[in-house]
Amino acid sequence: MAKNNEVIKTPVWLNNPVVVQILGICSALAVTAKLKPAIVMGLSVTIITALSNVVISLLRKTIPNRIRIIVQLVVVAALVTIVSEILKAFAYDVSVQLSVYIGLIITNCILMGRLEAFAMQNTPWASLLDGIGNGLGYAMILIIVAFVRELFGSGALLGFQIIPQSWYVTNGGWYLNNGLMIMPPMALILVGCIIWVHRAKNEELQEK
Amino acid sequence: MEHFFSLFVRSIFVDNMIFAFFLGMCSFLAVSKNVKTALGLGIAVTFVQFITLPVNYLLQTKVLGPDCLVQGVDLSFLSFILFIAVIAGIVQLVEMVIEKFSPSLYASLGIFLPLIAVNCAIMGGSLFMQQRIEMDPDSTQAISCFGDSIAFALGSGIGWMLAIVCLAAIREKLEYSDVPKPLKGIGITFITVGLMAMAFMCFSGLNL
Repeated sequence: MAKNNEVIKTPVWLNNPVVVQILGICSALAVTAKLKPAIVMGLSVTIITALSNVVISLLRKTIPNRIRIIVQLVVVAALVTIVSEILKAFAYDVSVQLSVYIGLIITNCILMGRLEAFAMQNTPWASLLDGIGNGLGYAMILIIVAFVRELFGSGALLGFQIIPQSWYVTNGGWYLNNGLMIMPPMALILVGCIIWVHRAKNEELQEK
Repeated sequence: MEHFFSLFVRSIFVDNMIFAFFLGMCSFLAVSKNVKTALGLGIAVTFVQFITLPVNYLLQTKVLGPDCLVQGVDLSFLSFILFIAVIAGIVQLVEMVIEKFSPSLYASLGIFLPLIAVNCAIMGGSLFMQQRIEMDPDSTQAISCFGDSIAFALGSGIGWMLAIVCLAAIREKLEYSDVPKPLKGIGITFITVGLMAMAFMCFSGLNL
Protein backbone atom coordinates (compact mmCIF):
# COMPACT_ATOMS: atom_id res chain seq x y z
CA MET A 1 0.00 0.00 0.00
CA ALA A 2 2.86 2.32 0.86
CA LYS A 3 4.28 1.73 -2.60
CA ASN A 4 0.96 2.59 -4.23
CA ASN A 5 0.90 5.81 -2.27
CA GLU A 6 4.32 6.66 -3.67
CA VAL A 7 3.15 5.93 -7.21
CA ILE A 8 0.45 8.59 -6.87
CA LYS A 9 2.43 11.13 -4.85
CA THR A 10 5.73 11.31 -6.72
CA PRO A 11 4.31 12.63 -10.01
CA VAL A 12 2.23 15.26 -8.23
CA TRP A 13 5.16 17.04 -6.63
CA LEU A 14 8.69 15.63 -6.90
CA ASN A 15 8.49 14.33 -10.44
CA ASN A 16 5.73 16.55 -11.78
CA PRO A 17 5.15 15.87 -15.49
CA VAL A 18 4.88 19.55 -16.42
CA VAL A 19 7.52 21.39 -14.41
CA VAL A 20 10.09 18.60 -14.00
CA GLN A 21 9.75 16.35 -17.02
CA ILE A 22 8.59 19.25 -19.25
CA LEU A 23 5.90 17.15 -20.90
CA GLY A 24 2.48 18.21 -22.11
CA ILE A 25 3.37 21.89 -22.17
CA CYS A 26 1.32 22.78 -25.25
CA SER A 27 -2.10 22.32 -23.77
CA ALA A 28 -0.96 23.35 -20.30
CA LEU A 29 -0.25 26.81 -21.65
CA ALA A 30 -3.04 27.25 -24.12
CA VAL A 31 -6.14 26.47 -22.07
CA THR A 32 -5.19 28.37 -18.93
CA ALA A 33 -6.59 31.83 -19.67
CA LYS A 34 -9.69 30.88 -17.66
CA LEU A 35 -10.09 28.52 -14.72
CA LYS A 36 -13.05 26.51 -15.98
CA PRO A 37 -11.52 25.13 -19.20
CA ALA A 38 -8.32 24.44 -17.26
CA ILE A 39 -10.20 22.26 -14.77
CA VAL A 40 -12.08 20.42 -17.52
CA MET A 41 -8.83 19.89 -19.42
CA GLY A 42 -7.05 18.62 -16.29
CA LEU A 43 -9.87 16.19 -15.56
CA SER A 44 -10.03 14.93 -19.15
CA VAL A 45 -6.29 14.32 -19.26
CA THR A 46 -6.39 12.53 -15.89
CA ILE A 47 -9.19 10.23 -17.05
CA ILE A 48 -7.58 9.52 -20.41
CA THR A 49 -4.12 8.91 -18.93
CA ALA A 50 -5.54 6.53 -16.33
CA LEU A 51 -7.70 4.57 -18.79
CA SER A 52 -5.11 4.35 -21.56
CA ASN A 53 -2.51 3.23 -19.01
CA VAL A 54 -4.85 0.41 -17.94
CA VAL A 55 -5.64 -0.67 -21.51
CA ILE A 56 -2.00 -0.69 -22.62
CA SER A 57 -0.95 -2.44 -19.42
CA LEU A 58 -3.51 -5.18 -20.08
CA LEU A 59 -2.27 -5.54 -23.65
CA ARG A 60 1.43 -5.17 -22.82
CA LYS A 61 2.31 -8.83 -23.32
CA THR A 62 0.51 -9.13 -26.67
CA ILE A 63 1.69 -5.95 -28.42
CA PRO A 64 4.59 -6.65 -30.82
CA ASN A 65 7.43 -4.30 -29.97
CA ARG A 66 7.81 -2.85 -33.45
CA ILE A 67 4.30 -1.50 -33.82
CA ARG A 68 3.72 -0.47 -30.22
CA ILE A 69 3.66 3.28 -30.98
CA ILE A 70 0.83 2.85 -33.48
CA VAL A 71 -1.11 0.64 -31.08
CA GLN A 72 -0.67 3.19 -28.31
CA LEU A 73 -1.76 6.03 -30.57
CA VAL A 74 -4.88 4.18 -31.66
CA VAL A 75 -5.89 3.36 -28.08
CA VAL A 76 -5.36 6.98 -27.03
CA ALA A 77 -7.14 8.36 -30.10
CA ALA A 78 -10.16 6.16 -29.42
CA LEU A 79 -10.37 7.31 -25.79
CA VAL A 80 -9.94 10.96 -26.76
CA THR A 81 -12.72 10.63 -29.35
CA ILE A 82 -15.04 9.28 -26.65
CA VAL A 83 -14.16 12.09 -24.20
CA SER A 84 -14.55 14.73 -26.90
CA GLU A 85 -18.00 13.43 -27.90
CA ILE A 86 -19.06 13.34 -24.23
CA LEU A 87 -17.90 16.93 -23.75
CA LYS A 88 -19.75 18.04 -26.87
CA ALA A 89 -22.92 16.42 -25.55
CA PHE A 90 -22.84 17.57 -21.91
CA ALA A 91 -20.59 20.66 -21.76
CA TYR A 92 -20.82 22.23 -25.18
CA ASP A 93 -19.60 25.72 -24.24
CA VAL A 94 -16.43 24.34 -22.62
CA SER A 95 -15.73 22.11 -25.60
CA VAL A 96 -15.98 25.18 -27.87
CA GLN A 97 -13.52 27.05 -25.64
CA LEU A 98 -11.08 24.15 -25.66
CA SER A 99 -11.44 23.87 -29.48
CA VAL A 100 -8.60 21.86 -30.98
CA TYR A 101 -6.82 21.32 -27.67
CA ILE A 102 -9.13 18.48 -26.68
CA GLY A 103 -8.11 16.62 -29.86
CA LEU A 104 -4.53 17.45 -29.09
CA ILE A 105 -4.65 15.32 -25.94
CA ILE A 106 -3.75 12.53 -28.38
CA THR A 107 -0.38 14.11 -28.96
CA ASN A 108 0.08 15.10 -25.32
CA CYS A 109 3.54 13.84 -24.43
CA ILE A 110 2.46 12.92 -20.90
CA LEU A 111 0.27 10.16 -22.29
CA MET A 112 2.86 8.64 -24.58
CA GLY A 113 5.55 9.11 -21.96
CA ARG A 114 3.60 7.25 -19.28
CA LEU A 115 2.56 4.49 -21.68
CA GLU A 116 6.14 3.91 -22.79
CA ALA A 117 7.80 4.35 -19.41
CA PHE A 118 5.29 2.79 -17.05
CA ALA A 119 2.33 0.92 -18.50
CA MET A 120 4.46 -1.27 -20.78
CA GLN A 121 6.21 -2.78 -17.71
CA ASN A 122 3.66 -2.70 -14.92
CA THR A 123 0.41 -4.31 -13.80
CA PRO A 124 -2.94 -2.67 -14.62
CA TRP A 125 -3.60 -1.55 -11.02
CA ALA A 126 -0.23 0.19 -10.63
CA SER A 127 -0.66 1.73 -14.09
CA LEU A 128 -4.07 3.09 -13.13
CA LEU A 129 -2.58 4.79 -10.07
CA ASP A 130 0.35 6.09 -12.07
CA GLY A 131 -2.02 7.54 -14.67
CA ILE A 132 -4.12 9.23 -12.01
CA GLY A 133 -1.03 10.62 -10.28
CA ASN A 134 0.42 12.08 -13.46
CA GLY A 135 -2.94 13.46 -14.53
CA LEU A 136 -3.32 15.17 -11.15
CA GLY A 137 0.19 16.58 -11.34
CA TYR A 138 -0.68 18.05 -14.73
CA ALA A 139 -4.06 19.34 -13.53
CA MET A 140 -2.44 20.99 -10.51
CA ILE A 141 -0.11 23.12 -12.64
CA LEU A 142 -2.96 24.01 -15.00
CA ILE A 143 -5.12 25.13 -12.12
CA ILE A 144 -2.37 27.23 -10.52
CA VAL A 145 -1.60 29.01 -13.80
CA ALA A 146 -5.27 29.49 -14.66
CA PHE A 147 -6.03 30.78 -11.16
CA VAL A 148 -3.41 33.52 -11.43
CA ARG A 149 -4.29 34.39 -15.01
CA GLU A 150 -8.03 34.63 -14.49
CA LEU A 151 -7.77 36.45 -11.16
CA PHE A 152 -5.41 39.15 -12.40
CA GLY A 153 -6.46 39.09 -16.05
CA SER A 154 -10.21 39.45 -15.64
CA GLY A 155 -10.68 39.89 -11.90
CA ALA A 156 -12.86 36.81 -11.70
CA LEU A 157 -12.66 33.12 -10.77
CA LEU A 158 -14.73 30.50 -12.61
CA GLY A 159 -16.62 33.43 -14.13
CA PHE A 160 -17.64 35.01 -10.80
CA GLN A 161 -16.38 38.53 -10.21
CA ILE A 162 -13.95 38.47 -7.26
CA ILE A 163 -12.57 41.98 -7.40
CA PRO A 164 -15.39 44.39 -6.47
CA GLN A 165 -16.75 46.44 -9.35
CA SER A 166 -16.35 49.65 -7.35
CA TRP A 167 -12.55 49.24 -7.34
CA TYR A 168 -12.28 49.66 -11.08
CA VAL A 169 -11.08 52.90 -12.62
CA THR A 170 -14.18 53.04 -14.81
CA ASN A 171 -16.30 53.18 -11.63
CA GLY A 172 -14.13 55.79 -9.96
CA GLY A 173 -11.77 53.32 -8.23
CA TRP A 174 -8.05 52.68 -8.63
CA TYR A 175 -7.87 49.15 -10.07
CA LEU A 176 -7.30 47.92 -13.63
CA ASN A 177 -7.21 44.38 -14.97
CA ASN A 178 -3.82 43.31 -16.25
CA GLY A 179 -4.65 42.65 -19.89
CA LEU A 180 -1.30 40.98 -20.49
CA MET A 181 -2.34 38.11 -18.21
CA ILE A 182 -4.86 36.77 -20.71
CA MET A 183 -2.37 37.03 -23.57
CA PRO A 184 -0.37 33.89 -24.48
CA PRO A 185 3.12 35.12 -23.40
CA MET A 186 2.13 35.41 -19.75
CA ALA A 187 1.36 31.68 -19.56
CA LEU A 188 4.95 30.90 -20.51
CA ILE A 189 6.38 33.37 -18.03
CA LEU A 190 4.14 32.04 -15.23
CA VAL A 191 5.22 28.46 -15.87
CA GLY A 192 8.81 29.73 -15.83
CA CYS A 193 8.16 31.24 -12.41
CA ILE A 194 6.55 28.02 -11.13
CA ILE A 195 9.66 26.14 -12.25
CA TRP A 196 11.77 28.71 -10.45
CA VAL A 197 9.92 28.23 -7.15
CA HIS A 198 9.79 24.46 -7.55
CA ARG A 199 13.51 24.15 -8.21
CA ALA A 200 14.41 26.55 -5.43
CA LYS A 201 12.58 24.16 -3.08
CA ASN A 202 14.04 20.97 -4.62
CA GLU A 203 17.69 21.73 -5.05
CA GLU A 204 18.57 18.34 -6.53
CA LEU A 205 16.55 19.28 -9.63
CA GLN A 206 18.64 22.34 -10.47
CA GLU A 207 20.63 22.19 -13.67
CA LYS A 208 24.37 22.69 -13.63
CA MET B 1 -3.48 34.04 -55.47
CA GLU B 2 -3.61 36.92 -53.04
CA HIS B 3 -5.42 34.72 -50.55
CA PHE B 4 -2.68 32.05 -50.70
CA PHE B 5 -0.10 34.67 -49.94
CA SER B 6 -1.94 36.28 -47.05
CA LEU B 7 -2.77 32.88 -45.55
CA PHE B 8 0.90 31.92 -45.85
CA VAL B 9 2.26 35.08 -44.22
CA ARG B 10 -0.46 35.04 -41.59
CA SER B 11 0.35 31.50 -40.52
CA ILE B 12 4.06 32.33 -40.20
CA PHE B 13 3.79 35.51 -38.16
CA VAL B 14 0.32 36.09 -36.76
CA ASP B 15 -0.94 32.56 -36.12
CA ASN B 16 2.52 31.25 -35.32
CA MET B 17 2.22 27.67 -34.07
CA ILE B 18 4.53 28.27 -31.11
CA PHE B 19 3.90 31.81 -30.01
CA ALA B 20 0.16 32.02 -30.58
CA PHE B 21 -0.99 28.43 -29.97
CA PHE B 22 1.88 26.77 -28.04
CA LEU B 23 1.87 23.78 -30.35
CA GLY B 24 4.90 21.51 -30.51
CA MET B 25 6.38 22.90 -27.32
CA CYS B 26 7.92 19.64 -26.08
CA SER B 27 10.40 19.16 -28.88
CA PHE B 28 10.69 22.95 -29.24
CA LEU B 29 12.12 23.19 -25.73
CA ALA B 30 14.14 20.01 -25.83
CA VAL B 31 15.90 20.28 -29.20
CA SER B 32 16.69 23.99 -29.18
CA LYS B 33 20.14 23.75 -27.60
CA ASN B 34 22.05 24.44 -30.81
CA VAL B 35 21.12 26.04 -34.10
CA LYS B 36 22.17 23.23 -36.42
CA THR B 37 20.03 20.52 -34.84
CA ALA B 38 17.17 22.97 -34.46
CA LEU B 39 17.31 23.79 -38.14
CA GLY B 40 17.32 20.08 -39.02
CA LEU B 41 14.27 19.39 -36.88
CA GLY B 42 12.58 22.50 -38.24
CA ILE B 43 13.04 21.28 -41.80
CA ALA B 44 11.78 17.79 -40.88
CA VAL B 45 8.68 19.24 -39.21
CA THR B 46 7.98 21.57 -42.15
CA PHE B 47 8.31 18.65 -44.54
CA VAL B 48 6.01 16.38 -42.53
CA GLN B 49 3.51 19.22 -42.17
CA PHE B 50 3.68 19.93 -45.91
CA ILE B 51 2.73 16.33 -46.74
CA THR B 52 0.29 15.42 -43.98
CA LEU B 53 -1.84 18.53 -43.99
CA PRO B 54 -2.95 18.36 -47.66
CA VAL B 55 -3.48 14.59 -47.30
CA ASN B 56 -5.65 15.16 -44.26
CA TYR B 57 -7.45 17.96 -46.12
CA LEU B 58 -8.39 15.52 -48.87
CA LEU B 59 -9.44 12.94 -46.26
CA GLN B 60 -11.60 15.49 -44.49
CA THR B 61 -13.31 16.84 -47.60
CA LYS B 62 -13.61 13.66 -49.64
CA VAL B 63 -14.13 10.94 -47.03
CA LEU B 64 -15.01 12.23 -43.59
CA GLY B 65 -17.21 15.27 -44.16
CA PRO B 66 -21.03 15.10 -44.16
CA ASP B 67 -22.52 13.29 -47.18
CA CYS B 68 -19.11 12.47 -48.69
CA LEU B 69 -18.98 8.69 -48.65
CA VAL B 70 -22.59 7.79 -48.00
CA GLN B 71 -25.54 10.16 -48.27
CA GLY B 72 -26.58 11.42 -44.83
CA VAL B 73 -23.59 10.04 -42.94
CA ASP B 74 -21.15 12.33 -41.13
CA LEU B 75 -17.96 10.47 -40.27
CA SER B 76 -16.03 13.41 -38.85
CA PHE B 77 -15.92 11.83 -35.38
CA LEU B 78 -13.39 9.40 -36.87
CA SER B 79 -11.06 12.25 -37.79
CA PHE B 80 -8.78 11.97 -34.72
CA ILE B 81 -7.92 8.34 -35.43
CA LEU B 82 -7.48 8.78 -39.19
CA PHE B 83 -5.39 11.94 -38.92
CA ILE B 84 -3.02 10.42 -36.39
CA ALA B 85 -2.66 7.27 -38.51
CA VAL B 86 -1.70 9.34 -41.57
CA ILE B 87 0.78 11.37 -39.52
CA ALA B 88 2.39 8.30 -37.93
CA GLY B 89 2.75 6.65 -41.35
CA ILE B 90 4.37 9.67 -42.98
CA VAL B 91 6.73 10.23 -40.06
CA GLN B 92 7.91 6.65 -40.41
CA LEU B 93 8.61 7.35 -44.08
CA VAL B 94 10.53 10.56 -43.38
CA GLU B 95 12.56 8.76 -40.73
CA MET B 96 13.64 6.13 -43.24
CA VAL B 97 14.57 8.81 -45.82
CA ILE B 98 16.66 10.85 -43.35
CA GLU B 99 18.41 7.74 -42.05
CA LYS B 100 19.40 6.86 -45.60
CA PHE B 101 20.54 10.29 -46.80
CA SER B 102 21.85 12.05 -43.69
CA PRO B 103 22.94 9.66 -40.94
CA SER B 104 24.53 12.51 -38.94
CA LEU B 105 21.28 14.47 -38.80
CA TYR B 106 19.50 11.22 -37.96
CA ALA B 107 21.82 10.64 -35.01
CA SER B 108 21.56 14.19 -33.70
CA LEU B 109 17.76 14.27 -33.86
CA GLY B 110 17.65 10.99 -31.96
CA ILE B 111 14.36 10.16 -30.28
CA PHE B 112 12.76 13.40 -31.48
CA LEU B 113 12.43 12.22 -35.04
CA PRO B 114 9.88 9.48 -34.31
CA LEU B 115 8.34 11.89 -31.82
CA ILE B 116 7.36 14.25 -34.66
CA ALA B 117 4.42 11.85 -34.88
CA VAL B 118 3.24 13.14 -31.52
CA ASN B 119 4.34 16.72 -32.21
CA CYS B 120 1.27 18.80 -31.49
CA ALA B 121 2.15 21.24 -34.27
CA ILE B 122 1.43 18.55 -36.88
CA MET B 123 -1.77 17.24 -35.33
CA GLY B 124 -2.79 20.78 -34.39
CA GLY B 125 -2.30 21.92 -37.97
CA SER B 126 -4.68 19.23 -39.19
CA LEU B 127 -7.25 20.04 -36.51
CA PHE B 128 -7.10 23.78 -37.27
CA MET B 129 -7.51 22.97 -40.94
CA GLN B 130 -10.63 20.94 -40.08
CA GLN B 131 -12.04 23.94 -38.19
CA ARG B 132 -11.16 26.47 -40.86
CA ILE B 133 -12.83 24.57 -43.70
CA GLU B 134 -16.16 25.68 -42.29
CA MET B 135 -15.11 29.32 -42.02
CA ASP B 136 -16.41 32.10 -44.20
CA PRO B 137 -14.27 31.87 -47.40
CA ASP B 138 -13.60 35.62 -47.38
CA SER B 139 -11.74 35.55 -44.08
CA THR B 140 -7.95 35.41 -44.32
CA GLN B 141 -7.89 32.35 -42.05
CA ALA B 142 -10.28 30.28 -44.13
CA ILE B 143 -9.07 27.17 -45.92
CA SER B 144 -11.46 26.65 -48.77
CA CYS B 145 -9.50 24.77 -51.41
CA PHE B 146 -6.61 22.33 -51.80
CA GLY B 147 -4.14 25.15 -52.56
CA ASP B 148 -5.09 26.89 -49.33
CA SER B 149 -4.24 23.78 -47.35
CA ILE B 150 -0.77 23.69 -48.96
CA ALA B 151 -0.19 27.37 -48.21
CA PHE B 152 -1.27 26.87 -44.61
CA ALA B 153 0.91 23.77 -44.22
CA LEU B 154 4.01 25.54 -45.55
CA GLY B 155 3.35 28.68 -43.54
CA SER B 156 2.78 26.92 -40.23
CA GLY B 157 5.80 24.65 -40.77
CA ILE B 158 8.10 27.56 -41.59
CA GLY B 159 6.71 29.55 -38.67
CA TRP B 160 7.60 26.68 -36.35
CA MET B 161 11.06 26.42 -37.86
CA LEU B 162 11.64 30.16 -37.52
CA ALA B 163 10.67 30.00 -33.85
CA ILE B 164 12.92 27.04 -32.98
CA VAL B 165 15.93 28.49 -34.83
CA CYS B 166 15.52 31.86 -33.09
CA LEU B 167 15.26 30.21 -29.69
CA ALA B 168 18.28 28.00 -30.37
CA ALA B 169 20.36 31.03 -31.29
CA ILE B 170 19.33 32.81 -28.09
CA ARG B 171 20.02 29.75 -25.96
CA GLU B 172 23.50 29.37 -27.40
CA LYS B 173 24.28 32.87 -26.06
CA LEU B 174 22.38 32.23 -22.82
CA GLU B 175 24.86 29.48 -21.93
CA TYR B 176 27.39 32.13 -20.95
CA SER B 177 25.12 34.35 -18.90
CA ASP B 178 24.79 34.34 -15.16
CA VAL B 179 21.29 33.10 -14.36
CA PRO B 180 19.94 32.44 -10.82
CA LYS B 181 20.51 28.78 -10.02
CA PRO B 182 16.92 27.48 -9.85
CA LEU B 183 16.11 29.23 -13.13
CA LYS B 184 19.04 27.71 -15.02
CA GLY B 185 18.22 25.64 -18.06
CA ILE B 186 14.53 25.17 -18.60
CA GLY B 187 13.23 27.93 -16.33
CA ILE B 188 14.96 30.78 -18.10
CA THR B 189 14.06 29.19 -21.44
CA PHE B 190 10.37 29.51 -20.58
CA ILE B 191 10.75 33.15 -19.71
CA THR B 192 12.75 33.77 -22.90
CA VAL B 193 10.03 32.15 -24.98
CA GLY B 194 7.48 34.30 -23.16
CA LEU B 195 9.37 37.44 -24.11
CA MET B 196 9.73 36.24 -27.71
CA ALA B 197 5.99 35.58 -27.81
CA MET B 198 5.42 39.13 -26.62
CA ALA B 199 7.57 40.39 -29.46
CA PHE B 200 5.59 38.29 -31.94
CA MET B 201 2.34 39.72 -30.60
CA CYS B 202 3.08 42.95 -32.44
CA PHE B 203 2.50 41.09 -35.72
CA SER B 204 -1.11 40.54 -34.75
CA GLY B 205 -1.83 44.09 -35.84
CA LEU B 206 -0.84 43.13 -39.37
CA ASN B 207 -3.76 43.71 -41.72
CA LEU B 208 -3.71 41.04 -44.40
